[in-house]
Amino acid sequence: MQKKLLLGVEAIAQGAIDGGLSGVYAYPGTPSTEITEYIESNPVAIERNLHRQWSANEKTAMEAALGMSYAGKRAMVCMKHVGMNVCADAFVNSAVTGINGGIVVVAADDPSMHSSQNEQDSRFYGDFAMITILEPSTQQQAYDMAYSAFEISEKTGLPVLIRITTRLAHSRSTVETKELKSENEVHFPADPRQFVLLPAIAKRRYANLLKMQEVLGDNSEKSTFNTFEDADSKTGIVACGIAYNYLKETFNGAIPYPTLHIGQYPLPIKQIEKLAEKCDEIIVVEEGYPFVEQRIKGISQKIKIKGKLDGTLPRQGELNPDITNEAFGVKSENQYATPELVSPRPPALCQGCSHADMYEVLNQVMQEMGSNRVFGDIGCYTLGALPPYVAINSTVDMGASITMAKGAADSGVKHAVAVIGDSTFVHSGMTGLLDAVIENTPITVIISDNSTTAMTGGQKSHGENRIEKICLGLGVDREHLHIITPMKNKHEEMFKVIKQEVEYQGVSVIISQRECIRTAARKAAKKRANLK
Amino acid sequence: MKTDIILAGVGGQGILSIASCIGVAAMNENLYVKQSELHGMSQRGGAVQSHFRLSDKPVYSDQIPLGEADIILSVEPMEALRYLPWLSAEGMVVTDSTPFINIPNYPEPETITAEIKKLKKHVLIDANSLASEIKSPKSANIVMLGAASKYLQVSFKSLENALEEIFKSKGAAVVDVNKQALNLGREYAEKYIRG
Ligand SMILES: Cc1ncc(C[n+]2csc(CCOP(=O)(O)OP(=O)(O)O)c2C)c(N)n1
Ligand code: SF4
Repeated sequence: MQKKLLLGVEAIAQGAIDGGLSGVYAYPGTPSTEITEYIESNPVAIERNLHRQWSANEKTAMEAALGMSYAGKRAMVCMKHVGMNVCADAFVNSAVTGINGGIVVVAADDPSMHSSQNEQDSRFYGDFAMITILEPSTQQQAYDMAYSAFEISEKTGLPVLIRITTRLAHSRSTVETKELKSENEVHFPADPRQFVLLPAIAKRRYANLLKMQEVLGDNSEKSTFNTFEDADSKTGIVACGIAYNYLKETFNGAIPYPTLHIGQYPLPIKQIEKLAEKCDEIIVVEEGYPFVEQRIKGISQKIKIKGKLDGTLPRQGELNPDITNEAFGVKSENQYATPELVSPRPPALCQGCSHADMYEVLNQVMQEMGSNRVFGDIGCYTLGALPPYVAINSTVDMGASITMAKGAADSGVKHAVAVIGDSTFVHSGMTGLLDAVIENTPITVIISDNSTTAMTGGQKSHGENRIEKICLGLGVDREHLHIITPMKNKHEEMFKVIKQEVEYQGVSVIISQRECIRTAARKAAKKRANLK
Repeated sequence: MKTDIILAGVGGQGILSIASCIGVAAMNENLYVKQSELHGMSQRGGAVQSHFRLSDKPVYSDQIPLGEADIILSVEPMEALRYLPWLSAEGMVVTDSTPFINIPNYPEPETITAEIKKLKKHVLIDANSLASEIKSPKSANIVMLGAASKYLQVSFKSLENALEEIFKSKGAAVVDVNKQALNLGREYAEKYIRG
């Protein structure tokens, strides 16, 4: 047993390693990235040679984990919340096939959208797939849950979802570790047809999943991750995950209401019914969507359910102790205000960033064309939406730049341009480009290739040194595939190429290629350290 | 006893190293800690902050409630002001006086200094110059840590040990220069408070 100071996400990584993990599969995304990075550099993971390389996207990650599970070993899949949308097909069906070796899926939600497009709540995915969801409230619990999740998965024969939110993901505290377990040996499913979801078999598997619901419910009733603290009041509380911490803070450790703290789902309905019996009202305190609130609304006629739907708590944004203070009429006192002279300091492209040169020239071209139909994507280059560039008109989901440009071109928009990063292109831009190639849709795709996944801290990009070959392989015409170097002294040349291809009425691809200066600096520092 | 600290600065200025140093010191003194930080978009010159909570009793919330921070420790003066709503009535601001100007509408530096001087308890310190004096401009953040060290609920010795633990892999010279930076900050802050 050891004591370590760990981020919530690192605690999950350590818990999984100690719990007998054989491989992590993931695509980076804040706030989940450090799980895989922790495993990448962990001595035990290195010694055991656990699988710890990035996947192309969340769907390939989920499927590879399912393959590892088929072979009897324990696998973990990690992603930010929107990654669940990408892997949903594999994820939902993995509950129908069930598992062989344990599978733990970690989804990191980002209420308040600190670095995301939405606030979606991954508990709905767990519920949709009808599997066990664990939601930690402390770093220690994040560790304990990851440690025991493989066993829960193997005992129930189903994957387990761990749901965390930004604050716990990126907050550090001390964690006591447990004994290191050994990995599973390779062994195959007892039923050789388990993973064959032909209708006849899928029906059987689905019946099994339905039958298991009672077991999962029983497990939740008995789970040590669901706890009850009694108090003498007709108001009861159901608090989920870290919402419980804020309540404890508000009441200085002693919550004056009977409180059910939820860490494991499906909800322990019997415990909630017991709470409802002794109360007139229940206040649900949860981070994310009003998932539990909706679920228990109909639990009893005589009792009022309060939470985010009736405005007791705000519907949008993450929770914090000031919010729980206000909801429960406890005063927060601040003496000072931020002086007016303080100006915001939004993130901006680094000085010398290759995306900046690309945008400068692209803006010149578009100005000359009298058009600005540029569709953007997700990555550092999304900052091109802000001044001084104001160069892109959309950012929706990874890969959408190319397909939205296509749709616009299909509607008759001339000079539709897509801007996409290298990692985003291989994550989910390639298939959209294929659609455009098949129809020779008049779009220009600029792949702003900085040879890394910069946005999330410079992870290796699967596109590195492959973008050109991929485009050719997809059928992009060699004549309309160019590589340019985004540098100050090359703007003229860049201008010529971009203008010519934007004018061309067919599919063209321009790879604007120069390494991210931060990633380059990081690599150089690492090299220096290794030389020493 | 508890100490709630807001660490503030601009992405890349090293507030996370300050945090890990206090974290190691606190763990070695068996204190309860929670230290929350925001990563992600903040890598590119945006404002970054971290909430650091130390206590001899369990800490519940990962975030400090408004008006409860005992210290704002900032490596940039405008960033120190940004988080004033978190500062308690008796709280203290310890900040580097060197502005980091990467936005077009950065206010006149003198107006910022004047705001800070209005606060009852504050330490303004030119950590960059002090760090340059010992030929280690990169240690400005550790100078700031030294300047706040008296108010952090961990002993100075623990902070020194933490520096040793953290920088050990980079060699004895790096450990030494950071210890010097820590001491320099401490001495300067004591002088500042005395007037
Ligand atoms: C489905 C999904 N997964 C992950 C993310 C997080 N994310 C956003 S952009 C990005 C990668 C950006 O890399 P790249 O396209 O190469 O652009 P760069 O940041 O390097 O400029 C990641 C991992 C996301 N927003 N959505
Ligand atoms: S991290 Fe790299 S890609 Fe992102 S803004 Fe900075 S230089 Fe550009």
